[in-house]
This record gives sequence, structure tokens and C-alpha cells, in this order.
Amino acid sequence: MRLALRETMIGFRRAPVLSVLSITTIAFSLFAFGLFSLVAVNIRKTLRDVESRVEIRAFLAEGTPVEVVSAAMGDVGAFPEVIRVEYVSPDSALARARAELGEFKDVFESAFLPASIDVRLRDGFRDPNTVRTVAERIKAFQFVDDVRYGEDWVDKLHRIRNVATAAGLILGLAFAAVAVIIIGATIRMAVMARSREISIMRLVGATDAFIRRPFLIEGFLKGLLGGALALTLTWFASQVISRNFIQTEFFSGPLAALGIAGGALIGLLGSSLSVGRHLRKI
Amino acid sequence: MIRFQHVYKEYPRTGLALQDVSLFVGKGEFVFLIGPSGAGKSSLLKLTYMEELPTKGDVWVSGVKAKGVKRRDVAKLRRKLGVVFQDFRLLEDRTAEANIAFALEVIDTPRSSIPNKVARALAQVGLASKATAYPREMSGGEQQRVAIARALVNDPFVLIADEPTGNLDERATRGVFQLLRDINSSGTAVMMATHNLDLVRRAEFRTIEVNRGQIVFDSADADTSRRKVEGLA
Repeated sequence: MRLALRETMIGFRRAPVLSVLSITTIAFSLFAFGLFSLVAVNIRKTLRDVESRVEIRAFLAEGTPVEVVSAAMGDVGAFPEVIRVEYVSPDSALARARAELGEFKDVFESAFLPASIDVRLRDGFRDPNTVRTVAERIKAFQFVDDVRYGEDWVDKLHRIRNVATAAGLILGLAFAAVAVIIIGATIRMAVMARSREISIMRLVGATDAFIRRPFLIEGFLKGLLGGALALTLTWFASQVISRNFIQTEFFSGPLAALGIAGGALIGLLGSSLSVGRHLRKI
Repeated sequence: MIRFQHVYKEYPRTGLALQDVSLFVGKGEFVFLIGPSGAGKSSLLKLTYMEELPTKGDVWVSGVKAKGVKRRDVAKLRRKLGVVFQDFRLLEDRTAEANIAFALEVIDTPRSSIPNKVARALAQVGLASKATAYPREMSGGEQQRVAIARALVNDPFVLIADEPTGNLDERATRGVFQLLRDINSSGTAVMMATHNLDLVRRAEFRTIEVNRGQIVFDSADADTSRRKVEGLA
């Protein structure tokens, strides 16, 4: 292992420009991936925030007795999907409407808004289907006039999230493939540059596994460094965006580590695909 | 020890390099391979260290059979034989001792034993004083000695030499050849391809002549009875 490391270092030292170039290229392709991931992470975060506000509002028929309402609230509160049930009287509905409408608040003068019960759902039960079934169950109560749950934007939210996830995955795979190809090409050049050593190693009885080792380490290290560089660039980018445009959330620790590990894995993959093929030619 | 049985070697582009070659080289023998350029001497040597595998027929070297041999086993076999070439094949950016040590390191020799082995090999070829010299600082003869030291460092049972004196002047040639004789007399077999018929004539070792891919003369066939008496066959 020590020898393999030494040979790797010789490889780096002999072609420093090439090494730096390949690390930066890898870093930039991973950086592009990192930016998309950052967008995806922030979209998810926003969606989570918005989703947590998904609620079902059931408007009550006028004159529904309080006991009936509170019994129904108990029933609804017992649904496994439901986290909280809240009664909104006509008065507080008016106050809320006024607060939301700001400067037009004086338009409302009397309590003409219907009473409602507002139902919040648990995390994990906020997808369109669950929301719809819960809403329909609530609608089945006789004294419920109407149910609103913003069906349109619940659907839209989920579609956006799915598209963002799919786009992130596809782009991620594309950039990973680019990185694999780049690493493969640099390893190919490294193999060619060291063909003399390799032929001598063969001649004196080094095994293929032994000959491959320094190149695999080289690919791994390049991927690791490229990944770390990409992460740093992405971090700077997120700082710039946070400071000048909108507040963004950076990757969590485990996710960042996963990114670097991904870079290393890509490096290892690229070099192992390349080295086997080119060693046979020497 | 080394056996060729009806060996054919055909290259996709250049055609048949060897046809129906059968031969046996015993322990500790010294064998000259002679013949014009392109006759098949190098192909025959490459088959011996299994750089090439036969198209037809089979080759056995120290118990390893060429047909169906695994790359791993070829690597193991090479640790038991030494190969030197006309162009030395040294690493230019490493000293003489580093070149020899390299051959030990890449086969996972314990680190502690490397310096001793390197020093012994250099002494064996008479270059103890050039241990820290780079190839470019040495004469052709000295570079070939380093290459021989590298080939010897693992105590091979056979030394395969493809035109080892091809690039050397007469004095260096005599020196290198004498070294090969010394190596042979200490028990290592030597297979040497050469164009230098002077050496062949003076030395009286077994001589195999190859022409157009076939063995056209083997001095061992001429005096098998004598060799049997001497216990070489």
C-alpha cells in the first residue's frame, strides 16, 4: 500500500498541470450538480414549509348547536391523519380576514362569515390523495356546508416537487457520467505516461491488481478532491445567493459528506473502468 | 524445465512467426538462439516468458502450462525468471539501486530485505560503486549490467536475454557475455538470442538456429549422447 501511495504521488508530481486540470474539471461538473442539488434541497424545504400549512377548512351550517360541533371535533380529532382541530367562530373568522386583508379591513363591518373548523394534518399525510379523502369524510357530516382545502395548489405543489426531484436526479446522473468520463480520460493519460514502468512491472512479475492500485488511488483521490472543491464552490455560491437574493439552506452535514463520498466513488469508478481497458494494451 | 511442443505462433498482421517448434531446455543449460532478423528468435523468447501464448501446440515453463494460463500465474512465473533486452529497459528517473529495488517492491518483497538483495545483485554484476548513478550517467555496458542485476535479484532459474549485447561495443559485449557465463556457471540457465556469431563460436554452448519460424539446427541433437553422459538432457 505504501508503494502504491508513493507511485500515486509520483504520478501527481510528474503531471501536476494535468492533475490540477482534471481535479478542477471534476470539481466543476460536480459543482454544476451541486448547484442543482442546492436548488432541489431548497425547493424541498420550501415545499415542506408550505405543506405544513396545508389545512382543511370545513364551513359549518348556520345555527349548528355547539355541542354537536364539539362532538364532531372530537371525532375528527381522532382520525389518524389529523394532528389538530380548531374551531373558528364567525367573530374570529372576521378578525382573521381583516388581518389578512390589511388596508381593506374596514370593508367588513359585521359578522357575516360562517363559523368553521380548521383541520391540520400530520406530516406524511399531506399528499393530495389523503387530503381529499379526509376532506370527503369531514364533508359527510350533515352540518358541514362546504369543505375547502386548496385542492389545486396541493396538487401543484406535489407536481413541482416530483419534477424537481426527477430533474435533479437526471442532471445528477448526467454530471456523474461526465465526471466518470473525465476521470477515465485522465487515468488513460496517466497509464500511457507510465507505460514504461508498467511494462517493466509486468516483466518482473507484478500482478494486474498491484499495477492497477496506484491508478485506482489516483482516481479516488482526484474524485475526493474534486468533490471537496465542488462542495466549497457550492457553499460560496449559496452564500452569495443568500446575501444578495434569497435566504438559502445549505446541505446538511451528512448530505455534504455524501457528496464528497460520491465524488470519490465516481473517481474510483472512472479509473477502474479506464485502467483495466488500457492496461491490456501495454 | 522449458518445453515447447509443436508450437505455432501466428500474429494477426504479420502472419506465422513460428511453426512446429519443439525443444527442451534443461536446468542450468546455456543456449544460444541464432538466426537472421525476423526469424522468430524473439517470438520464441516471448513464448518462454509468456508475453505471448502459442496459437497451436503448448509451452511448459517450470511447471506452468501456457495453454489456458491465468494472468496471475504468468505474473507468478515471471518472478522466477529474469529477462533482459537490447534496450536495457531501465527507468531513467531512478538510480541503479532504485531500478533494482523497484523490481522487488512491485512483487511485495518485505521492505527490510530489499537493501541487502539490491546490494548483492549490484555486487554480482560488478557495479557496487554505481549504486546511486542514474542510467544516463552510465555507459551502455553498465546499464545492461544494471538490467541484468534487476533480472537476477529474485534468483531466477533462467535468464532470458534478447540480444543483450546488440547495443554494445566489443569490449562491453565481452564483459556482459562473461557476466552471463558466470551467472550460468552458478547454476542459472541462460537463453540468449544473438547476432554475434563470434561469441557463439568461441563459447561452444548449445546453439539453436531459427530460420523462417522453424528450428533448422540444434547442436544438442548432434551430440545428445555426450549430453546424456554429462547429465544435462
